[in-house]
Amino acid sequence: MSALDQALENPAIWRGSQYAKVMVESIPTGFAELDASLPGRGWPRAALTELLVGQPGIGELRLLAPALADLSRNDRWLVLVAPPYAPHAPAFESLGIDLSRLIVVATRSAAETLWAAERCLRSSACSAVVAWPGPVQERAWRRLQLAAEQGKGLSVVFSPIRCATQPSPAPLRIQLSPARSRLTLHILKRRGGGWAAPLTLDVGPRPAVPGAPQRGRAAALPAPLITGSSRLPSIFQDIG
Amino acid sequence: MSIMLWSCLHFPDLSLQLLMRAASIRMPMIISSGGNRPLVLSCNSIARKAGVNAGMSLSAAIALCPDLQAHARDASAERSAMERIAGWAGQFTPVVSLDGPDSVLLEIAGSLALFSGLHALPVRMSAGLAELGYTAAIATAPTPSAARLLARAGMSVAIDESARLQRVLRNLPLALLDQPEPVIQALDFMGVRTVGACLELPREGLARRFGQGLLDELDRALGHLPDPRQPYRPPAHYHARLVLPAPVEPLLFVAHRLLVELSGHLRMQGSGLTRLELTLHHAKRAATLVQIGCSTPTRDPRRMLRLLRERLAHLELPADVEAIQIDGKESRPLASHDLSLFPEDILPEEERWSIIDHLRARLGAEAVYGITCHADHRPERASRPCEPGTASRQTRQERRPLWLLDPPHRLREQEDRLLLEAPLVLHSGPERIEGGWWDGAGVTRDYFVASDDQGRQLWIYRERRGGRGWFLQGIFG
Repeated sequence: MSALDQALENPAIWRGSQYAKVMVESIPTGFAELDASLPGRGWPRAALTELLVGQPGIGELRLLAPALADLSRNDRWLVLVAPPYAPHAPAFESLGIDLSRLIVVATRSAAETLWAAERCLRSSACSAVVAWPGPVQERAWRRLQLAAEQGKGLSVVFSPIRCATQPSPAPLRIQLSPARSRLTLHILKRRGGGWAAPLTLDVGPRPAVPGAPQRGRAAALPAPLITGSSRLPSIFQDIG
Repeated sequence: MSIMLWSCLHFPDLSLQLLMRAASIRMPMIISSGGNRPLVLSCNSIARKAGVNAGMSLSAAIALCPDLQAHARDASAERSAMERIAGWAGQFTPVVSLDGPDSVLLEIAGSLALFSGLHALPVRMSAGLAELGYTAAIATAPTPSAARLLARAGMSVAIDESARLQRVLRNLPLALLDQPEPVIQALDFMGVRTVGACLELPREGLARRFGQGLLDELDRALGHLPDPRQPYRPPAHYHARLVLPAPVEPLLFVAHRLLVELSGHLRMQGSGLTRLELTLHHAKRAATLVQIGCSTPTRDPRRMLRLLRERLAHLELPADVEAIQIDGKESRPLASHDLSLFPEDILPEEERWSIIDHLRARLGAEAVYGITCHADHRPERASRPCEPGTASRQTRQERRPLWLLDPPHRLREQEDRLLLEAPLVLHSGPERIEGGWWDGAGVTRDYFVASDDQGRQLWIYRERRGGRGWFLQGIFG
């Protein structure tokens, strides 16, 4: 290590390519590459994390799964507030999440979603709150952030991607986009500042379907799709 | 025998206090007597400032202060209020006794260590009473009679040695004694006005002239005679009714006062509530009933209040509320957290469930649920809502989508492509799932993993029976 590198190790020196070394209580994300880019080396506790997603289903929940699975080992609740679809128990279980810790809160309006999210964030009985409130007004954001600071759990809010240009008090904002079967993360904002290069993560094994091979592919070819066509329909071309 | 120490909680102007504790704003209030020419029996400080005095006629008082709230005395309400205070006080000591119409006695010698001492305990009781909406003089002395005399004199003192007690008692006016009016008057006529002056007189003459009762009362106060007290046993279920002085009182404010009282009552019993009933009494209509359930027993008044607030926020009252009533309907044993070893490490069960109760009170019981795996091959039946906290049986570890669409969304077929919005690309499959022939909802499906142009990974299937076609059922999330 050169003398210059040693001098630059001084925490009082801030370099443009680095985020400042800040003390943040955190929960490991389960992805070493991502941990390395986050202040506190993990998802922050007691602070909102805003994840911006175009369409639900690109792997955004698998990104959270290792942390959720870890948190489900203690006796507090993991809460899903107003999820976009019905959660499927076997899939959550296969990610290692203890289902007896998971609760789902269904709401009828955006106002109810915000209320329930705030209530859960504030509670010390919840180790993680993941909410889908849709676009959130600035005032509501502040309330959520205050509640997250009080509750000290993992606090994740999913926002539509068009909100990326709008201000948000969440100390950590990450935009997620699909990259084939992987997930690309653009860190828009983090504590300590600094620009981070986009990350592309493999958020878990690709959904393979066990049990398929023994039946054989030909036997189950969807008949209406191949009639009148000798070639395999384009939908069967694997992009993987 | 170890020394006993008694605290007396004395409530001056109890009838007026009952009215004032149900009022959230300060307003002029008086208690008036009945009869053809009602008199003012007592008045609060606001009424006094307007010129109202005890003893003047009601009509004169109203002339001085037109917005006066005048109420008659309600002896039975006073009695049950004292009983509830005694029940509440049971959190400080197991020996609580009612004393006269407006005092409660507590034997506290055994509780001092727990409540950090002779001077801290009365402060704590006084703060607790303020939360209930009461003001009391709290005096502590080695005998119950002495404690009562000191409290009646309005002296908030704590005396634990008899020499000092003697000194203090001697200066008290005789009028505080429980003696008939003529006795006190006769002594006053003789120039005997203090306890000390009375004790100077020859005992035989005093007994001959005023009866043994006077001497006995003084002897009990000084500890020369035994003074056993009947302990108060609270009823198993808490029941309280509070008449509102004005029909516009904020209900939660009043309910809070009762819930704090209920909490002390539960602490005495070592139990927590699982069901609570709030009854709102109206003038001419049937009462409105609000029921609150708790998944785990609780005696935290804030938690109960939070649940009530949610319910009341969505309640339309048919008329003004004249009185509110709270009944503890079901209770279960609840251990004390005060003695747990690492209170901050362990999440109390109560806290764990209060969030569920609160969410349910606002959003409805069905809106908050857990999910559990069910042994069924049909995906739509493999996951079921359940009570939060239900342990799930481990099932097969197949890769399944995190989200399920219910009902499945039918995909469009165009020439040789499957369309959601844009064409889908298949990655793997098929996986044949068959099942349900036994319950009439049978399926035979071939499942594929596909992706769309937005990068979503989808779980789609082709129905091979009945209304054939392609459907989107899951999103891998």
